Order: sequence, then C-alpha cells, then structure tokens
Amino acid sequence: MQLSRVIGNAVCTMKYPGLEGLKLLIVQPLNKNLQPSAPIQVAADTIGAGIGQLCVMVRSREAAQALPYRQDIPIDLTIIGLVDEYNLTPFSLDNISLQEGYTNFT
Amino acid sequence: MILGKVVGNLVTTISHTDYNNHRLLVVQPLIPKNEKEDEDFIAIDNAQAGVGDIVLVLREGNGARQVLHTPKACIISVIVGIIDSVYIERGELS
Repeated sequence: MQLSRVIGNAVCTMKYPGLEGLKLLIVQPLNKNLQPSAPIQVAADTIGAGIGQLCVMVRSREAAQALPYRQDIPIDLTIIGLVDEYNLTPFSLDNISLQEGYTNFT
Repeated sequence: MILGKVVGNLVTTISHTDYNNHRLLVVQPLIPKNEKEDEDFIAIDNAQAGVGDIVLVLREGNGARQVLHTPKACIISVIVGIIDSVYIERGELS
C-alpha cells in the first residue's frame, strides 16, 4: 500500500467491458516525506477522493478486489482510503541499516 | 517477508470497509549498510506494533488475507511480528 496525492481525473469513453461507471483519477505516488516517488499514474476510486487529496492506494490483484461486485476487471491501482492525519517521526532517517553480528532491537 | 522499521502512522477516517478497525503504519524497509534505501510503504498492523519498532512485514496478498481471516479483502502488506533481535553472519553483508 502506498501514499499518493490526487492531481486530476481521467475520462475514457472506449473501455474494456466491466469498467463502466468507474471513476478514474490521476495520482502522484508519494514517499513517506510526501515527495513524489514515481511517475504519475491512473487509479480507480472506491471512496470518492477529490483533487488535491492525500490518499492510500493498493496495487496489483487486490486493487481489482477492492471494487465491489467486480473481481475480474483489468484494474491494478485503486484508492482505498483518504488520509485525515499523518504522523512521521523525525528520527525516521537514521538507523535503518542492518549490521553484521548480533543486533538487539528491544 | 521483510524486516522494516515503523516510522509513522496515519489515520484514514473514510476508507474501504476491509480496512475498518485496522491501524495503518508507515514502514521503511531495513537495508544492509551502504546500500540504496528501499521505498517505504504502508502496512496494516496485526501485531500491536508502534512507531520505532523493528517489524516483520508480510507483503503478499494471499498470505495477508489468511492472516486477517478475510478471504476477499484488498490488503497486501500486514505487520505480523515485532523483531527482538537479528543475527547476521560476519562477512555475509559485503
């Protein structure tokens, strides 16, 4: 699952059967510092996200599974949550490296 | 499964029904020294983990559904354990 920001919407009139009525949004995937982490992508929307909103996306097979009553459709990115509150710890950058030997974390 | 560090949390009041009553945490994968940082991701908490914990994360949809006992949930990443310690043989991380 990944963070993203909605930056626009997409309309397509000719589409694969089963995709009718789906809302397609252009999203910018973000990393934990809310900086762009990948090129912009198109995601299906299940919860009514709007432009400028920070949201959570799910990828791959589970993206199609998120859509009710439609399991066998060609969707691989779906918005499944709107972020209300986001907390990132300031020490997140240090000490994410594994070291040789015995390391005790607790 | 991978090792990661919990670096944050987020609250989604409006979310897919499969995500009801689950906590979402931001996880940064651990890497060997001097290697490029992996991309962080969001995972569902199933092990009472908190910010700062080193955790074991399952990143596969079918396994995640089995862990959460939800046969059709749209969930990929689940935190399934909290790591106490790690031993890596000397000379294995070059």
